[in-house]
Amino acid sequence: MNMQSDSITEQAKEDAPKGISSFLKHWVFTTNHKDIGTLYLCLSFMMFFVGGAMALVLRAELFIPGLQLVSPNFYNVLVTMHGLIMLLTVIMPVAVGLANWQIPMMIGAPDMALPRLNNMSFWILVFAILLLGSTIFMDGGGPNFGWTMYVPLSTSFGPPSTDFLIFSVHMLGISSILGSINIIATIINMRAPGMTWMKLPMFVWTWLVTAFLLLTIMPVLAGAVTMMLADRNFGTSFFNSAGGGDPLLFQHLFWFFGHPEVYVLILPAFGVISQVIPTFSRKKLFGYNRMVVATLSIAFLSLTVWAHHMFTSGLPLAAEIYFMYATMLIAIPTGIKIFNWLATMYRGSITFETPMLFAVGFIVMFTFGGFTGIMMSIAPSDFQYQDSYFIVGHFHYVLVPGAVFAYMAGIYYWLPKWCGRMYSETLGQWHFWLMVIATNLTFFPMHFLGLAGMPRRIPDYALQFTNFNMIVTVGAFIFGFSQLIFLYNVVRTIKRGSRTTAQVWDGAEGLEWTLSSPPPHHSFQTPPDIK
Amino acid sequence: MKSRKSNLSYLQQSLTGIGMSMPISAMAEWGINLPKGVTPVSRDIYDLHMLTMAICAGIGLIVYSFLIFILFRYRRSRGAKPADFDNNSTLENIWTVTPFLILVAMAIPSTLVLIDMEDESNADITIKITGSQWQWHYAYLDKDIEFYSRLSTPTEQIHGKAKKGEWYLLEVDKPLVLPVNQKVRFLVTSDDVIHSWWVPELGVKRDAIPGYIHESWAKILEPGIYRGQCAELCGIDHAFMPIVVKAVTEQEFTQWLAQQNKPRLTEQTDDWKMDTEMRAGREHYMRYCAACHQEDGSGNPPLFPALTNSSVVVGKPISRHIDLVLQGVPGSAMPAFAGQLSNAEIAAIITYERNAWDHDTGDLITPEQVQMRRLKTSDTRATQP
Repeated sequence: MNMQSDSITEQAKEDAPKGISSFLKHWVFTTNHKDIGTLYLCLSFMMFFVGGAMALVLRAELFIPGLQLVSPNFYNVLVTMHGLIMLLTVIMPVAVGLANWQIPMMIGAPDMALPRLNNMSFWILVFAILLLGSTIFMDGGGPNFGWTMYVPLSTSFGPPSTDFLIFSVHMLGISSILGSINIIATIINMRAPGMTWMKLPMFVWTWLVTAFLLLTIMPVLAGAVTMMLADRNFGTSFFNSAGGGDPLLFQHLFWFFGHPEVYVLILPAFGVISQVIPTFSRKKLFGYNRMVVATLSIAFLSLTVWAHHMFTSGLPLAAEIYFMYATMLIAIPTGIKIFNWLATMYRGSITFETPMLFAVGFIVMFTFGGFTGIMMSIAPSDFQYQDSYFIVGHFHYVLVPGAVFAYMAGIYYWLPKWCGRMYSETLGQWHFWLMVIATNLTFFPMHFLGLAGMPRRIPDYALQFTNFNMIVTVGAFIFGFSQLIFLYNVVRTIKRGSRTTAQVWDGAEGLEWTLSSPPPHHSFQTPPDIK
Repeated sequence: MKSRKSNLSYLQQSLTGIGMSMPISAMAEWGINLPKGVTPVSRDIYDLHMLTMAICAGIGLIVYSFLIFILFRYRRSRGAKPADFDNNSTLENIWTVTPFLILVAMAIPSTLVLIDMEDESNADITIKITGSQWQWHYAYLDKDIEFYSRLSTPTEQIHGKAKKGEWYLLEVDKPLVLPVNQKVRFLVTSDDVIHSWWVPELGVKRDAIPGYIHESWAKILEPGIYRGQCAELCGIDHAFMPIVVKAVTEQEFTQWLAQQNKPRLTEQTDDWKMDTEMRAGREHYMRYCAACHQEDGSGNPPLFPALTNSSVVVGKPISRHIDLVLQGVPGSAMPAFAGQLSNAEIAAIITYERNAWDHDTGDLITPEQVQMRRLKTSDTRATQP
């Protein structure tokens, strides 16, 4: 790894592909953390449009009562695919993409610790996605039982493509596990001298915790789907009550994965917000130590609350009480995070560039999602909210204005660093405000629908739900099309954005801002000085 | 129980007084809030819901006002200079401990309601509810009454060929009839996949899980009709398995029970003609079969086989066709219809399938033929409903 090879690769990147084969070779075989980060981000953004298009078909069907556009079976297939795609192939990869780009630069390392593993975990993901997508075109249609894959709907009653879904989930799991190992190895081994644990940027901390969380839960999901595979094909009865198995066992296993999974999606988002808020408040992050402790306790608690997804499934009273209390406790570390962000802004010197707008939007709307979360932790009330549109509203509030807004903030924040060019602030602000309006138009009325009694995952509904569903559909389409502004803005930035300095943002602190924009191919060739 | 109830509503009232929930409860008529419901449990849940919502609204008011204040007061454009502090243990302790205390305050009433919800003892009557794709089966355990309850909205309304009625998708052929002021215990289970029996106004939602019988209860305080839907994704027709509960006075309930025990009229089978049977057959086919096998019989292979030109449907012997409908295919999505359809209904469906879609076999199946196949099978469920 010397300067010469560096400039050669830089050269190759600068003047577009000489031939298609060298272009492909470059991107397929790359082991560079920035290239792989870019690949992750592009893949994630592509899947964002795929999963989003599916959501728009669902919303178009729900615009008025009656069956219009799609058959109920295809509706269920889209419900399943939308969930799997958005969670596993949009939000997780965008977080991994940010990690790939940022972690080496933030800890003063030249690259990730395991570059080849890095390449492998990306390409496994690509094939997993292809396999997942192919199920839609198989005989009998794609998986049609929701991303939660509840048995026996997914075993005895599942279409043949379910087996391919299971293999796809295995591959996604392997990809995540390899990625996590790499991130853990990088953070533990590659920190520059002087980058002690309690100096790590919050984004790095949250990713470290997330990676350990992934290592804990992914094997459980893999085990659960393998048992499904055996039940479907090899005559076992893990989950088949007629053979002495237990359908509820699957739910326990699934949610032991599924609940921490939502923290896998949101913890790196917390990390991004903890970088953006101090920059645009021009003030240090308030209560760093407690933020670290809060991250750790959220991760730990997230492993102990899974059955709150199953309050109506007939848990014993004692279990219901335990899971209710444990779930309520999560509000405390999450509250600490929000209060600390507010305290960071308090008496700062705030400006509202696009990343900051997204970060403030995140705080406002994620907090709202937190409130409905507290309401649902109350087990008796949850009997009414469970499986209604209220929960759909809740988890979209924590995932869209939560995770998506935070990652948007991260991309706007670091994009000028990555390509050395500034995005269009005007377009960024348009994107933000359209997203704020569309998000609330789409997801806020869902709470009303749920409280009024509309169940989730239905292609047709009673007449009393019509008005709100119309509003939701309109919001969803605005949301979808507003992403085109973002796409244009990113492409425009890369092609002809105005040049930026190394510092980019005057309030930004951290090692990545000491590197040139765009940063050199191998971020830090010599360890930086850490104050 | 009474004193706790009043405590709860007192708490709620005092909080809603300052909270934002006043306008929300006023808007309840427009169907944007949880219904108060007609059972003690649903009312307790409603109170809890309003209480937590009021607390959240209160906290939200404080947090959001503070945020807005910060965003206006500390802008650089107003000349704000950044202060130099990055921690304050006292403050952080306050916002660790205060939420904890608020949570404890919410946990106490929640636990009490939860304990009450899970106490199914001393029930007056017991109803066994069995979910199956896509209908509910109700059995009055000590009364020897049982029946299926299915969506009664015509398919034309669903496909936009007819005007949708007032209770579109929320109406059934036979509602569950329950007496008011009696503690009704529900035993909930399933024949196939997981369903969930949810009637918001009763405050009951219980997953119906094959292999499990889970309990729940309701004591309905006001006569009326209460509607709900299956809440757990259960396949293609998940949106089309509503629940209707008709709560009547104890006197009316006794009368209703007496009616149910009357012997059924014997089936009219003398004038069994092709055209009438085809018409009835199509109606039943659309209701019971078309969700999987499709209106045109094309199915969705390989999970739901096509009926058009299938060897069972057009081939002989016809008894193979009848047996398959009566007994279903174990381990597949094809249920046994012996327990839920009458001989006449099955005969009509089979006649329809053998003559529709250009099959034109000319086979006319009579209820007697179906009855004969029933008798030949040893399946205990094969007795006619």
